[in-house]
Amino acid sequence: MAAAPAKGSPLMASRLSGTSLTLAYDQRVVATDLNVSIPDESFTVIIGPNACGKSTLLRALARMLKPKTGAVHLDGSVITSLPSKEVARRLGLLPQSSIVPDGITVADLVARGRYPHQRLMRQWSKADEKAVAEAMRATDVTELGDRIVDELSGGQRQRVWLAMALAQETPILLLDEPTTFLDISHQIEVLDLCADLHETGRTMVAVLHDLNQACRYATHLIVMRGGAIVAEGEPGDVVTPELVRQVFELRCEIIQDPQTGTPLIVPEARRRVTAPA
Amino acid sequence: MTIRVGSWSVRLAPRALITGAALLVLACAVSVAALATGEYTVPVPDIVAAVLGQGPPVAELIVGKLRAPRVVTGLLVGAAFGLSGAIFQSLTRNPLGSPDFIGFTAGASTGGIIAVVAGGSAMTIAGGALAGCVVTAVLVYALAYRGGVQGYRLVLVGIGANALLLAVNSYLLTRANINDAATAGAWLTGSLSGRGWDHALPVALALAVLLPMCAYVSRPMRMIEMGDDAAKAMGIKVEAVRAVAIAAGVLLSGVATAAAGPVIFVALAAPQLARRLTRSPGVTMGASALTGAVLLTAADLAAQRLLAPTQLPVGVLTAAIGGTYLVLLLRKERH
Repeated sequence: MAAAPAKGSPLMASRLSGTSLTLAYDQRVVATDLNVSIPDESFTVIIGPNACGKSTLLRALARMLKPKTGAVHLDGSVITSLPSKEVARRLGLLPQSSIVPDGITVADLVARGRYPHQRLMRQWSKADEKAVAEAMRATDVTELGDRIVDELSGGQRQRVWLAMALAQETPILLLDEPTTFLDISHQIEVLDLCADLHETGRTMVAVLHDLNQACRYATHLIVMRGGAIVAEGEPGDVVTPELVRQVFELRCEIIQDPQTGTPLIVPEARRRVTAPA
Repeated sequence: MTIRVGSWSVRLAPRALITGAALLVLACAVSVAALATGEYTVPVPDIVAAVLGQGPPVAELIVGKLRAPRVVTGLLVGAAFGLSGAIFQSLTRNPLGSPDFIGFTAGASTGGIIAVVAGGSAMTIAGGALAGCVVTAVLVYALAYRGGVQGYRLVLVGIGANALLLAVNSYLLTRANINDAATAGAWLTGSLSGRGWDHALPVALALAVLLPMCAYVSRPMRMIEMGDDAAKAMGIKVEAVRAVAIAAGVLLSGVATAAAGPVIFVALAAPQLARRLTRSPGVTMGASALTGAVLLTAADLAAQRLLAPTQLPVGVLTAAIGGTYLVLLLRKERH
């Protein structure tokens, strides 16, 4: 096994971690004895083949799924022991799919991100107003404020959902496949935005499908297969042809991404196509 | 629009406020018309005097004993149906999730018919209806439950239960003796005729308790409409909110059916009408209650006067008026 060891994990600071997690839907066990910690202020990307348990792990970290055994800790406390609104002020989640309420405007949807900061008699403070304006500016949806969300393109809509999660103003933000259903330019747009958010000091955790995009954007990569973490660390240290073959069952060559210097996976061709004369 | 006092702030939508006010005015207008007109016309000043207990004896008898209880029952039952419809349409994220589609009203009818056949008084029939509604709701919820309840499962199981209960109701009617069948049949069409203060009181009490509960859960319910995960991520205890909402919704449709019989369509149409009138995203509780009240009293007024002296069952008119208006509104929408 050439998998890289979990690099430096006992020493690094981590507000969000899971210990001895057994994760299951009803009776179907997806993962057993998972130990994971998300490095603070990292852009962590969880990656792996279909059905490897990556989204399940993210959902457990976001307290959407209760582990059968083990516990998720946030700032040293078991996450389910903290008041749910309190957790929502520290940790945000962009679910894989959410339902757009009929006829809602962009500004109204983004404003819903302020819910954890509001009370029955404090429905719209100055801080709410500021956070929403800031979130809409960061995601470049300010101009769309009065538009109906249903009428937007997929890329715009994903930016609006991201704005809602941003308005929540949580230091940790989890994203479950934020680029699914988007074309390539919108994928890059969303990931660039996530990188910007990471640079402002947020801890970002995303589940992604595309290994090359993961290598480009992640500062910390968690590679999963069959419900287990196979490798984690910086993409440059972790991603080798051996690992890709072992995890994805794909023979490949790894070159340097000419734009970023990060690993770029080039799958081995089964047959060579001759260039037209 | 935001109102701020110190660290307190309340957010209000102007259009929703104006719509609410308009619906209130409309409810008053319909009520006055219902109190004033009929075989014996009571002038408006006499109505006011009668309400204050200083009117001519005839006016006091007609307004106080005959017409006012009917109008008040209509307003309360309409509000209860509207609210109940809003709750279930929000929970199931589906207009067909109304209590009159997912078996709750049919279950209440079954309870009512059994009470009639057992020779019960008006009070027993009401009790039977409420019990039938609650039992049906518990069964539908339990059958749809799979570590939480998905909206579409609740609707599908409910539609199945509805079909089954309607068959049971028909069977019970064929087995009943002719007098009981006639009594049950009249009750089953949904009617406000002959309703007294003893019909209005239970609905009033239920609304007094459940209305604040609904107001309290309406904000988290709007968040749950975006999906369970999205709501949980915002710190909402989804299953707890849902349990409170379901309890309130079941009791509201139960007491409403107990008072007026299974009046169809109000619970379906009122929230849809209210949403389009207020143009607010998602289901609106207050506006749905007001719309339900207006819809039912207006339908009852029409049922009494349209073909007078022939009296139509109010259920026929709620479907006709609400349905027509809803179709018109839907046609105006772009898609």
